Amino acid sequence: MARMKFICDAERCIECNGCVTACKNEHEIPWGVNRRRVVTLNDGVPGEKSISVACMHCSDAPCMAVCPVNCFYKTDEGVVLHDKDICIGCGYCSYACPFGAPQFPGQGAFGVRGKMDKCTFCAGGPEANGSQAEFEKYGRNRLAEGKLPACAEMCSTKALLAGDGDVVADIFRNRVVKRNKGAEVWGWGTAYGSKQAGQPQPAAAAEGKS
Amino acid sequence: MKTTFSLMALCLCLVACGEKPQTLGNPRSDTAPYTGTTATAFASPGWKAGDKTSWEQQLRARGQYGQNDYTRAP
Repeated sequence: MARMKFICDAERCIECNGCVTACKNEHEIPWGVNRRRVVTLNDGVPGEKSISVACMHCSDAPCMAVCPVNCFYKTDEGVVLHDKDICIGCGYCSYACPFGAPQFPGQGAFGVRGKMDKCTFCAGGPEANGSQAEFEKYGRNRLAEGKLPACAEMCSTKALLAGDGDVVADIFRNRVVKRNKGAEVWGWGTAYGSKQAGQPQPAAAAEGKS
Repeated sequence: MKTTFSLMALCLCLVACGEKPQTLGNPRSDTAPYTGTTATAFASPGWKAGDKTSWEQQLRARGQYGQNDYTRAP
């Protein structure tokens, strides 16, 4: 099996926030913590694009690199998880993460920062699979139930895909071939200069700066 | 005699320079998802807990029929 991955098809995402709701409901996430969010660029302008963002379970995860207490670990499926019993809530992972995935629950009247919480790819944590302790700290362990993350399975337009990287890539490739457009995922234009991504081209960006 | 003292001094110096390991313990080991869950009431049917191949096939199949609408549309 390849690594578990998320991908969000910006051509399909309609900013319904169903993925956010599914995640919060499935794991009983407290108020103020959003493991998943929908981000819209050029909101209200024709051609706006939205994507659903959470932990991307990076292959070379910066959160793991900067954690001073080494609370992160990666499963054989490539899912980046952490141990809340080791986490000290310092927030370094939050500064390092380019996706804003690490979340910190505010506890108490003065917003004391608690232990970090983030998307687990519905894979729970170090506690026994499906145990009450695991659920209370990390939420449901759907992978151990033979299911995929709730956010992707609940996505009404199937914009958000999750699962084995090979399967996800295969589904996305098939879509692009069938509709003959929208091969770019978020950031593709910035990285590779594609003219279809609806993002500022290098020339336009240079004019904007001058 | 002089050589012996030199060697002893060298050994002492090297021991003094030694540093205790400061590595942190890794997080507790996690149980692989293919081993199944204790919350069996929520487990999806169609695969056998503990059988890695069966679990992988289950997720691959679920990924396809749940997310690939081109395989369902006529």
